[in-house]
Amino acid sequence: MKRDLASLLAGLVFGFGLALSGMTHPEKVLNFLDVSGAWDASLLFVLGGAVGVTLLSFRFILRLSKPVLAERFIITKETHIDRQIIIGAMLFGIGWGISGYCPGPAVALLAAPNWELLAFLPAAILGAVAEKYFELRSQKQAAARQLKTAAQDHKPAVESPSEGSCG
Amino acid sequence: MAIGTFLPALLGGALIGLAATLLLWLNGRLSGISGILWRLFFAQQGDTLWRVLFLAGVVGGAALYYALFDEAPAARETFPVWLLVVAGFLVGYGTSLGNGCTSGHGVCGLGRLSLRSLVATVIFLLTAIITTFVVRHWLGVM
Repeated sequence: MKRDLASLLAGLVFGFGLALSGMTHPEKVLNFLDVSGAWDASLLFVLGGAVGVTLLSFRFILRLSKPVLAERFIITKETHIDRQIIIGAMLFGIGWGISGYCPGPAVALLAAPNWELLAFLPAAILGAVAEKYFELRSQKQAAARQLKTAAQDHKPAVESPSEGSCG
Repeated sequence: MAIGTFLPALLGGALIGLAATLLLWLNGRLSGISGILWRLFFAQQGDTLWRVLFLAGVVGGAALYYALFDEAPAARETFPVWLLVVAGFLVGYGTSLGNGCTSGHGVCGLGRLSLRSLVATVIFLLTAIITTFVVRHWLGVM
């Protein structure tokens, strides 16, 4: 209960900050990304203000043994820079650079939706669900392959030709 | 630059950082919007409500700002719909594949000094800068 209220509170502060910062105006975001035009540097201050706070606060928070209202911190331990993160960041950058929307502002704009959001947000959800679907499918296939090779290892060689047709 | 542009940006940014601080300090969660939203569709029982409430808060906070200061953005009437659909799909697909967006990798990842997030942030910023240039100045879409 307390944890749910904390989520709501953090969300409220987040949404208010996003709207105040100007990030929910896609044209303003594009004027920042368009360094060749009349460059709008203000989004640099958004990132600076946000990271300035988290750099300080996270140092102290992550030294605690656990969060105030939960049993543990849920933070990825992944540090590997792989193909997925590079390609994912590039695809996101292309979409962001075209539209001026990243996920946070797109959600915040549900407060005042216009037709742009009706085109963008469902497509974004579809994209994320599609990616997850392919990811889960390739995980399943990899697991099946592993199982198959493991089974083959224990089988006499004559029995194997029946396999592999479904490749 | 006029103080009128950078002060709201700085304050707004600081509030985003404060929100990320609250969620991590109280609930032990990182406030990456893409992760919170996309995993809603694959979440297990008991993992859904906090996501919904956080996202509802984001909408409510923005609504409060628009109600107080009347600045809800208007649609760009000439922007092609199909381009928004393509952009939306890429943002969804890319942030799911790369495990984060401006808030997850940018605000939270940089805050915890993650090299992985720094690399992602630099890549999506540079890609977005190049893309905006191409779309605006070569394709003439504004």
